[in-house]
Amino acid sequence: MTIGTGRSDNLAELLRASGEVLTRRWVELAAEPLRGRLSVAELERELADLYAAILAGLDTGDRDPNSDAFAEVRALLSEMSRRRARAGFTPSETAVGVFTLKRAMFELLDQAEIAGGLAEVVAFSLLLDAFGLWTFETFAKAREEVIDEQAEQLLELTTPVVKLWDGVLAVPLVGTLDSARTQVVMEKLLESLVTTGAAHAIIDITGVLAVDTQVAQHLLKTVMAARLMGAECTISGIRPHIAQTIVGLGIEFGDITTKASLADALRHALRRAGVDLVAGDRRG
Amino acid sequence: MTGPGREDIPIAADDDVVRIRQVVRSYAQRARLSLVDQTKLVTATSELARNTLTYGGGGSAVVEMLGEGRRQGVRASFADSGPGIPDIELALTDGWTSGRGMGLGLSGARRLVDEFTLDTEVGRGTTVTVVKWSR
Ligand SMILES: Nc1ncnc2c1ncn2[C@@H]1O[C@H](COP(=O)(O)OP(=O)(O)OP(=O)(O)O)[C@@H](O)[C@H]1O
Ligand SMILES: [Mg+2]
Repeated sequence: MTIGTGRSDNLAELLRASGEVLTRRWVELAAEPLRGRLSVAELERELADLYAAILAGLDTGDRDPNSDAFAEVRALLSEMSRRRARAGFTPSETAVGVFTLKRAMFELLDQAEIAGGLAEVVAFSLLLDAFGLWTFETFAKAREEVIDEQAEQLLELTTPVVKLWDGVLAVPLVGTLDSARTQVVMEKLLESLVTTGAAHAIIDITGVLAVDTQVAQHLLKTVMAARLMGAECTISGIRPHIAQTIVGLGIEFGDITTKASLADALRHALRRAGVDLVAGDRRG
Repeated sequence: MTGPGREDIPIAADDDVVRIRQVVRSYAQRARLSLVDQTKLVTATSELARNTLTYGGGGSAVVEMLGEGRRQGVRASFADSGPGIPDIELALTDGWTSGRGMGLGLSGARRLVDEFTLDTEVGRGTTVTVVKWSR
């Protein structure tokens, strides 16, 4: 490459003049590590948008990656990283979308003379490095979100019916409940009532994020079904914000026994079962 | 980065209702709504999303961050091109359902939020928009 000592905005000019060649090569380089997991058409669209935004930024003469001039670039990169994170790409496979532009540019510089001088090339190169790091950062954040969501969904899947005491079953409900899962849990509880012959069941909703009409309806139906089977059902762990929301919705739990905590509900069940609970005097 | 200011989510299955709840909750947290208000908004959107799915035959939701002076809020809107609601007053009556629900979703959602608009036309579809502001 031939490095001159002229004016400093010639890089933007060169990038604009060679836009087509450069982006074609860029797409080629960026597509390679993705090995067909992303369509070339999609990649072309992404990178063309990015290229236009970078050019617009360079045109302002600004070279600070955190300046307003590059706000659009950062926004596009954030979106791209989020999409990649959700689609299961690795951080390297995501950042390669930025770093390959650098390689494409160097290849181009090999053949062209740049009047802007070394300083301009270095500045642009540093800019791209900063953008690459930006994709890493946003990628990491998006990954965290995905992991949180998955953890939450996993919790919903694992809802066991446990025997707390002779004749007392409990099922803790956790997470955000959709219709299918709530129904599975409720059916499991009713089945367990049959197989164990328990006379008391406690549904603990301490871990539930929200009770809407659908969850409420499942709860009410389960309590009624348990009654028909001769068992009493208590709902425990209705936290204050959930209680206020239930009231706001207009749901009435009627004559169903509700208790603040699982411990209260167990005490209630045991009393009903005729078990005497004696306050634990410390023996001398 | 503070996160996105707007999200479009299709409503085509039960899972989408769960996803909408999660998105709305994270927006409500970012808008600094209290725990009670977060729960109210999440519950209201859960109702509306399910109505879109059950009665509207599916559609889409838009969740948006609102800023107005020092107040922050979240707007969620649910649109379908289903059959529409022929009698709005009846639909908003506590306990009335055309299906097998409790008939509390629509009327209850209205009580849980700060702003509620219902736009419906028979044969064209239904759009319900709700807003909850931080205090
Ligand atoms: N998007 C919609 N399109 C058409 N009809 C609707 C729509 N949303 C609500 N409705 C009508 O309004 C009625 C009342 O809705 P609401 O959500 O209050 O009760 P529900 O869904 O029947 O029961 P739930 O208490 O479980 O929500 C519904 O039964 C339905 O007939
Ligand atoms: Mg409903």
